[in-house]
Amino acid sequence: MTNDDTHGAILADDSVPGSADGALVELRGAGKSYGNIRALHGVDLTVHPGRVTCVLGDNGAGKSTLIKIVSGLHQHTEGEFLVDGEPVRFSTPREALDRGIATVYQDLATVPLMPVWRNFFLGSEMTKGPWPVRRLDIARMKRTADEELRNMGIVLDDLDQPIGTLSGGQRQSVAIARAVYFGARVLILDEPTAALGVKQSGVVLKYIAAARDRGLGVIFITHNPHHAYMVGDHFSVLRLGTLELSAARSDVSLEELTNHMAGGAELAALKHELAQVRGVDTEGLPEEADLTAPTATPSAPKATTAAPTATGSEGTA
Amino acid sequence: MSMTQQAGPAVGTPPAPGPREKDGRTTRRPLALRLLGRPEVGVFLGAVAVLVFFLIAAPTLRQGSSMATVLYQSSTIGIMALPVALLMIGGEFDLSAGVAVITSALTASMLSFQLTVNVWTGVLVALLLSLAIGWFNGWMVVRTGLPSFLVTLGTFLILQGVNLAVTKLVTGNVATDDISDMDGFDQARKVFASSFDVGGVQVKITVVWWLVFAALATWVLLRTKYGNWIFAVGGNKDSARAVGVPVTFTKITLFMTVGFGAWFIGMHNLFSFNTVQSGEGVGQELIYIAAAVIGGCLLTGGAGSAIGPVFGAFMFGMVNQGIVFAGWNPDWFKAFLGVMLLGAVLINLWVQRTATRR
Repeated sequence: MTNDDTHGAILADDSVPGSADGALVELRGAGKSYGNIRALHGVDLTVHPGRVTCVLGDNGAGKSTLIKIVSGLHQHTEGEFLVDGEPVRFSTPREALDRGIATVYQDLATVPLMPVWRNFFLGSEMTKGPWPVRRLDIARMKRTADEELRNMGIVLDDLDQPIGTLSGGQRQSVAIARAVYFGARVLILDEPTAALGVKQSGVVLKYIAAARDRGLGVIFITHNPHHAYMVGDHFSVLRLGTLELSAARSDVSLEELTNHMAGGAELAALKHELAQVRGVDTEGLPEEADLTAPTATPSAPKATTAAPTATGSEGTA
Repeated sequence: MSMTQQAGPAVGTPPAPGPREKDGRTTRRPLALRLLGRPEVGVFLGAVAVLVFFLIAAPTLRQGSSMATVLYQSSTIGIMALPVALLMIGGEFDLSAGVAVITSALTASMLSFQLTVNVWTGVLVALLLSLAIGWFNGWMVVRTGLPSFLVTLGTFLILQGVNLAVTKLVTGNVATDDISDMDGFDQARKVFASSFDVGGVQVKITVVWWLVFAALATWVLLRTKYGNWIFAVGGNKDSARAVGVPVTFTKITLFMTVGFGAWFIGMHNLFSFNTVQSGEGVGQELIYIAAAVIGGCLLTGGAGSAIGPVFGAFMFGMVNQGIVFAGWNPDWFKAFLGVMLLGAVLINLWVQRTATRR
């Protein structure tokens, strides 16, 4: 699981405390069962500082369960979960936060009617003065929020505008900047680009890269291999609750990644099966290469991945 | 597999903009337009309009003593409208606020009279009871996740029944006994129900308390952590919880603040009229809620101010007294309120849409 190829980000993580190989978060054969339903089984995952670990998978593949374990919402029922090399079992998200694991949820990031700066510091407000007259240090909060956002490359004209007036990508970026500022060492991003347009997705990917360059370990959950491949250092593809692929960037191409995501392997097997059945014209079926051919732009990956995936799941049913 | 895709490392560093750079997509609207967009400013203009209207329609209102009456009327609504507004910003309602005022007054009155103790004992017990009622409301709402409308409707009915039944049981009457000759009464009256002289005009002390509480509420709302939490739990409870805001604590203390307000007005009623009618208070909770909404508080929570409900309560007091001074049939009062409320709600809706427009 541990791949020491230093492609992508510069690894300046020798000083970071952790296990022997410097992993911030590590899952070893981790799994989760809900009653008799096994949602996740035998998953290995390693998060290194300054590296982006992408977790890909179709709907129902176990991505959400995986994040919930790492972010402290659920507990694993098998295997090991280590933070800085020591086994942990979180019972609340607060405990995960205290260990520096911050999760940015797609829809749970902000309070729309509140100004940007109030959202930035919500729950961790800066104050000044003794108790009876302890008050918000508004000037310092605005200044800090502005600096932090600019450091992440986010420029806003007016920090007093309600955050609901920002675009989805900007809001997501503010949430990322906030997590980075409040000392997150591991940033979990739950499908941050799922509801966004092309440009906005680009904005968010840029901030993922910025967070990585600041030395954070990033877990990027997505079902878009194109987005994953743009920033990822390591790729884990989940299928039906188990790890289908775990490979470093140097060991996998975008085509292979897309192939795994789209269920290309299954499709090939299905085509082979169909060929045995009399009356099915396999000549007319698309070749595997066609199914998994890279799209011209990363802007329309959904269309290319969604259709074959649907076919694939029908084949397995 | 062709390697047409770029296999190199992701290019990461975002552009580092200079400190002066603007994204240039927002233009500042003119100051007047921005001010008009504030709900507090809208209700202020509304209050001024109502004031001017009645000053013209009712010449007797131009005297200082009439204005003092208007302010007094406004203050008794306004003191309760403040905590109700804070609770509304925090995303909840309290339908029991009206009868809780009477519960508090009955408790202080009957306890002091029946046990023949200093009235301050009754006042203190009433405070504890009012806070406990608030705590109960809040606890039920956060524990069950039921809408506060339902929970406090239950409390409203319970308190209404208890007020009548217990008073009958203890005094054999629908009202409490006169406590004006008891120990500590004069002292308590000074605090809750005295008047003072301003240039020959008698002004009730509740007007001062009203403005003090309004200033305090504004400061808490805009300048403290707790105020930030109020907006957050009303605006998006789940987000607030996810970033570490103590949602349960905030909601329960907001309900307890309403309890405090109910206690204060209850004490005012007791010490200005010496006795308490056990059946009163019904319907007042809607007046408080209406004053908060007219004052620009969003019914669904997350937006509002403390200064808005001050003007909202003033509009109520103004219309209430203005109709009397103008010599009209007081039955028109409620019709006026309805019109004001609808107008305010429409303005609120417009403001919210403008604020969240992309």
